[in-house]
Amino acid sequence: MRALDFEYMWDLVPVLLGYVPLTLFMSLVGMFFALILASVLAVERVFRVPVLDVFVRLFISFFRGTPLLVQLFLFYYGLPQVLSFLTTINGVTATIMGLTLHFSAYMAESIRAAILGVDRSQWEAAQAVGMTQGQMMGHIILPQAARVAAPTLVNYFIDMIKGTSLAFTLGVTELMGAAQKEAAGSFLYFEAFLVVAAIYWIMVEALSFSQRHLETYLNKAYAR
Amino acid sequence: MTSKAGISIEGLNKSFGETAVLKNINLDIAPGERVVVIGPSGTGKSTLLRCLNFLDRPDSGTIRVGDLTVDPANASRSDILALRRRTSFVFQNYALFANKTARENIAQALITVKGQSKADAMARADETLRETGLADKANSYPAALSGGQQQRVGIGRAMALDADLMLFDEPTSALDPEWVGEVLDLMRRVAEQRQTMLIVTHEMQFAREIADRIVFMSDGQIVEQGKPEQLLEAPEDPRTKAFLRRVAKVGLE
Repeated sequence: MRALDFEYMWDLVPVLLGYVPLTLFMSLVGMFFALILASVLAVERVFRVPVLDVFVRLFISFFRGTPLLVQLFLFYYGLPQVLSFLTTINGVTATIMGLTLHFSAYMAESIRAAILGVDRSQWEAAQAVGMTQGQMMGHIILPQAARVAAPTLVNYFIDMIKGTSLAFTLGVTELMGAAQKEAAGSFLYFEAFLVVAAIYWIMVEALSFSQRHLETYLNKAYAR
Repeated sequence: MTSKAGISIEGLNKSFGETAVLKNINLDIAPGERVVVIGPSGTGKSTLLRCLNFLDRPDSGTIRVGDLTVDPANASRSDILALRRRTSFVFQNYALFANKTARENIAQALITVKGQSKADAMARADETLRETGLADKANSYPAALSGGQQQRVGIGRAMALDADLMLFDEPTSALDPEWVGEVLDLMRRVAEQRQTMLIVTHEMQFAREIADRIVFMSDGQIVEQGKPEQLLEAPEDPRTKAFLRRVAKVGLE
């Protein structure tokens, strides 16, 4: 047994913090597109549009049913062999694509459940005042579903932040990749990955903190 | 007040599964006329109202509002939307938009459905809130309002739409007794504006006061109709007589 090299860890912190923006970039962009895609998928699943529904169910089934890592390899290493225009796809883009598609499949299901949980009277009132289905979803149903779905969606976002570490397997030097390189030079693997773990942990804790504010905001209409 | 269209319902039928809930309903309502529907529970009164704006899709028959004729056999989505935009609906359980303030509940449809500017819609909403005596509750969410207040916003939301026909589906049935009076008062004021109204209610005294005509329904059919004093005091059909006797007994208790 040897003592931890705290000085090495301390010096490593600013180096690795430099990669946090990339991690945040990939997870924020991924989350942004995943939320949009998941909402579209969820609304489709609620209305069960003929024909389209088959494809949506297939999509959700595939992206929930296969590991994220396999999906990332398919996009980055596999697809360019089949689709020639994708030869220039870079690791960051492939990661964002993978995260978006993978998590949208999960999030679609929790948004769908939240939509179905919105009281029937809300749908009927929106119909009765003459709203189109789009207006009803946009103004009445989705905002109310968001409140119910928020805690689970934040959970997926946390998962997505951590999922960006897989970009390292696509040759992207992000947080995980950088730590790997540093450790390979110093052989202080434990120290390097401990710092990485701490940085992820702190990011997720910061997010949990803002989650409380988000939930207070979403609950403001329901306070008595 | 802008001139409004009358409503004509012809041969309306509706079944839920094997159960026929509406059987060949025919009813004409003149512009400005206030019609109250009474009858035993489960005789299709609410379903009739809900069929008139396709919350429940009728099986057959026609609904005519002004120059718009809607037939469930071939009603398109835009027909249904047009019909809903010529009617407004007050729900038994208020059904205010839970994520909107009182003001937004009224303004929302004016903006999204009627295409008014946000400023115009908000001004109209504030005016309506004053009429309903809720000016101080403009920024309250439904969860913070009493049942009576919620229903007054619900009526305000329907009033602001300025529809050809206002439908009231037992608007006081879900209320605690202490709130019934204020809701009926508001409905009286709506009635005074000669707004065309079709009201399902169990409030007999109220019906007698404001109705131009009372329709008695039983087993999915219109059994009898007439002026309030005629129908309430000299009903002809035995089913009407039996119903009114039962209601009178309850009233005396």
